[in-house]
Amino acid sequence: MPTHTFKLNGKQVTVETEDSVRLLWVLRDLLGVTGPKYGCGLGVCQACTCHINGKAFNPCSVPVSKIKPTDEITTIEGLPATVDRELHPMQEAWLRHDVSQCGYCQPGQIMTAVAKVRQAREAGREIGDADLDELRNVCRCGTYSRIREAIKDGAEHMRQAGAETARPAPSSSPSPTPSHTSPPDKAKDILEEVAGRDSGLFSP
Amino acid sequence: MTASNGPRPDGEPGRPAATPASAESAPGGLGRRRFIGYLIAAPTLAVVVPYSMTSAQAAAPADLPVPSLPQPEEIVDLGDVQNLAAAPTSGLITVRVHEDGTASFAVPRAEVGQGMTTAVAMMIAEELDLPLGKVRVTMADARPELMMNQLTGGSNSMRSIYIPVRTAAALARQRLVDTAARRWGVRASDLTTSDGVIRHKGGRTATYGSLAKAAAASATTRLETRLKSPDDFTILGTPQNRIDALEAVTGRKQFAGDLRVPGAKPAMVARPPTIHGTVAAVRNAGAVRRMPGITDVAVIEHGVAVRGETFGQCIDAIRALDVQWKPGPVADESDATVLRRLRKATPPMAVPKLPVLPKHIDAEFVFAFASNSPLEPEVAIADVRSGRAEIWASLKVPIVAQEDIAKRLGLPVHAVTVHVVEGGGSFGRHLFHDVAAEAAEVSQKMGKPVKLSWSRTDNFRQGRTHPMCISRVRASYLGSSVLAYEQRHVSSETDFGHGFGEMLTSAGSKLPIAGNLTVAESIFQLSQSSPYDFGATTQLLYEIPLKFATGSMRNIYSPNVVCAQELVVDRLAAAMGRDPLAFRRRYLKDEKLKAVLERAAEAGDWGRTLPDGVAQGVGVHHEYRGAVAVLVEIDCRPETVNRPIEHGVTGPRVTKALIVVDAGFAINPRGLEAQMIGGMNDAIALALTSSLHIKDGLPLEGSWDDYFYTRQWNTPPTMRVIVMPNTRSTPSGAGELAVAPAFAAVACAYARATGTMPTRFPINHGTLGFEPFPTQPSTPQSPTDGLDHAF
Ligand code: FES
Ligand code: FES
Repeated sequence: MPTHTFKLNGKQVTVETEDSVRLLWVLRDLLGVTGPKYGCGLGVCQACTCHINGKAFNPCSVPVSKIKPTDEITTIEGLPATVDRELHPMQEAWLRHDVSQCGYCQPGQIMTAVAKVRQAREAGREIGDADLDELRNVCRCGTYSRIREAIKDGAEHMRQAGAETARPAPSSSPSPTPSHTSPPDKAKDILEEVAGRDSGLFSP
Repeated sequence: MTASNGPRPDGEPGRPAATPASAESAPGGLGRRRFIGYLIAAPTLAVVVPYSMTSAQAAAPADLPVPSLPQPEEIVDLGDVQNLAAAPTSGLITVRVHEDGTASFAVPRAEVGQGMTTAVAMMIAEELDLPLGKVRVTMADARPELMMNQLTGGSNSMRSIYIPVRTAAALARQRLVDTAARRWGVRASDLTTSDGVIRHKGGRTATYGSLAKAAAASATTRLETRLKSPDDFTILGTPQNRIDALEAVTGRKQFAGDLRVPGAKPAMVARPPTIHGTVAAVRNAGAVRRMPGITDVAVIEHGVAVRGETFGQCIDAIRALDVQWKPGPVADESDATVLRRLRKATPPMAVPKLPVLPKHIDAEFVFAFASNSPLEPEVAIADVRSGRAEIWASLKVPIVAQEDIAKRLGLPVHAVTVHVVEGGGSFGRHLFHDVAAEAAEVSQKMGKPVKLSWSRTDNFRQGRTHPMCISRVRASYLGSSVLAYEQRHVSSETDFGHGFGEMLTSAGSKLPIAGNLTVAESIFQLSQSSPYDFGATTQLLYEIPLKFATGSMRNIYSPNVVCAQELVVDRLAAAMGRDPLAFRRRYLKDEKLKAVLERAAEAGDWGRTLPDGVAQGVGVHHEYRGAVAVLVEIDCRPETVNRPIEHGVTGPRVTKALIVVDAGFAINPRGLEAQMIGGMNDAIALALTSSLHIKDGLPLEGSWDDYFYTRQWNTPPTMRVIVMPNTRSTPSGAGELAVAPAFAAVACAYARATGTMPTRFPINHGTLGFEPFPTQPSTPQSPTDGLDHAF
């Protein structure tokens, strides 16, 4: 069975598994690191969000064979150590704003938030409402407004802690293109099949 | 002061109530009454309190002012019923004090995000005079002796355990004080307590921890105590952060999928292309069993289970399986067929006999199927061996799960241990134990422990739904009088088979509701009542028996019923030439609703000038003995509606939301506010974007980019919650309260912004903004391009 090695939360780890197994399962099922959550396995919900070399990504959508031995993977468990503290300033902001309800989405929310703040700063701005509107992380408990407040607060404290510089030089930001999204025409056909002609269900 | 927090939601039926009734609301009533409990023999101090105490007190009609001809919900609500049902049981709850100075309590309720454990810890900290951080609250395993006291339904948790938990803590404090007094040879009345320390006026002190052993009883001893007066509260009624917040933000909080049980390897299920379809044949089980990482393949009731080293390999196996399926019970149903059946089943309005010829407003509203899936997919761990079984899952009615699983496995109930795990949301889903029962079945068939997870797509396509329904309303009016209001709510059947039905049946004879209502009708009657003085008022539920997988969704019927009602109220106001707010002010009969509405109008600047295409809307609702008014502003201008968000549904945006809540007594105002915010986001989803499209017996939706629950780009940039000063000394249910009035407010605002009253919900149900995943294989493959989107 193939062997894979990479840096996880500061330590070099090695696992044996098939090349195609997505990193999320390597982390959760084989290494027992359960901070990153499974919410869709489709690169949609962002509950699994971790960092690779300081950038946010979805390990549910990356085969372990694509991770290089020198890559540094950071999960929520390893986030505080990246700033050499007990808690990352963003986690502290989360506590101040009492964001969590069930908490299932929150590790992913925090990992995304940290990367988003850095991304804005690299572009020379502070994080604002337009950036927050771009966040894709689902929170089914609907904690969105507290998340927004916590990110702005956390951004401020990240600056004080110097935490926004903790990643390698930026590269150009690619556009997210989930593979299954839709030709509207096809969608329209399907819709008509579902709705029927005369149901009135879909008429305005 | 504000307060409360009942747990959220979860729309689960059963709200609770337990408001120990009228005596509680009398000034000083509760604080002056004596409550009893028992010391039990244990190594350190342990106090038990009979659960039924609250029920007995709640048996008196509750404290609403009852106008003439009240509807059933006004006399007794679902929560009261829950207490009546529990009255004959004598389950005990136990508070323990340990040598490290902490207190612990295993709560017979499920934490699924609503903040229940925090509220319970606050009750204990308050009566015990212990810092909140020294209270540990865990979830009890299934305890059959608690019977229906172990159902986390609707918003009942806080209402039903408020008195017993406080009583147990107060007794523990009293016992510690008595122990210190005896040891020091002083009078107990010369001792005070604070922060977990007992002080004598002479200066001597002792920590609770140092007395925990000495205070323990060697035999059961009856004790009496009094509870604190709300005037003396220092914790209850004050805003507190969640006690589990640190665990959540560090990733240490453990959900079912995070637990490690020896040998419980990942398992998933290949599922049929129609709801509840079954397996005719598996053509390649042997080959699939030999796939990398796969250990087992087994046919189960509704699919083919696979077990392996990782969930990823289970997905590969599901996709490789070659299965011939038999159709499920609704294989021929689609949105259009269900709607036709609903229309056919709708009874005509009874024309009210009125002395004069009134004018009518008639309207019909259609609400599409909706999903109650939390973010955490259904997960359960099962270890079934010969003669015994052990289950771990997030369960709101663990004793029903335990009984049912025992029956399915052919084991006695006591041989099945059911552990309740914290849930990543519920919204009604965890009232049922589908995944726990399935995990048990898989473990039994494979003869090995399993950690069974549904895939995201399973959760949407085969998980329970809030069924499609239509609400027909006729309002009859003459001049400025509304003479009659009739509402006929017709729904595809909702499954209440999670134990709530038994509870209602057993309490049925004590209810002031006539006739032989079905469980669904009873729940409807107990939860709905028009808050308006609209003359002859009837609201009736009819159901059609279709075997979709259904269940309660946060607040059950109310979001649909209230949305329809409030849209018609706006129409009535317009017909009479009145402002929507002024009209409500005049016709509302509930003073608490009038008060929250007034506050919302003032704080939300009702009637302010807005550009064309932008409008305000208001909605009100009372239930669980709480009252809420919601005022929103919605922007329906094309530049907003068409704002680009990649792979996201946009549409009209609620730009401001204001929720004013009177929860009776707000145990934790910060938690209550969180529940209101969550309810608002649910409401936006239900009104504007989220629904299931049924095609040939299966929802088309397979992920969160198909099922459009509110996302950041649709949440209101300005969200404000106002918690009204306490109006009572006991909490109402609060977890679900916001959903219905918020849904109504968004719909009413949309109607005013666009000039057209919406009648189909969600309003974008007619647009399919995604290409559905194929129905087979039942779980889509994960992408491989994740690194391309790193930022
Ligand atoms: S689990 Fe990775 S994006 Fe949803
Ligand atoms: S806190 Fe429950 S999903 Fe976000």
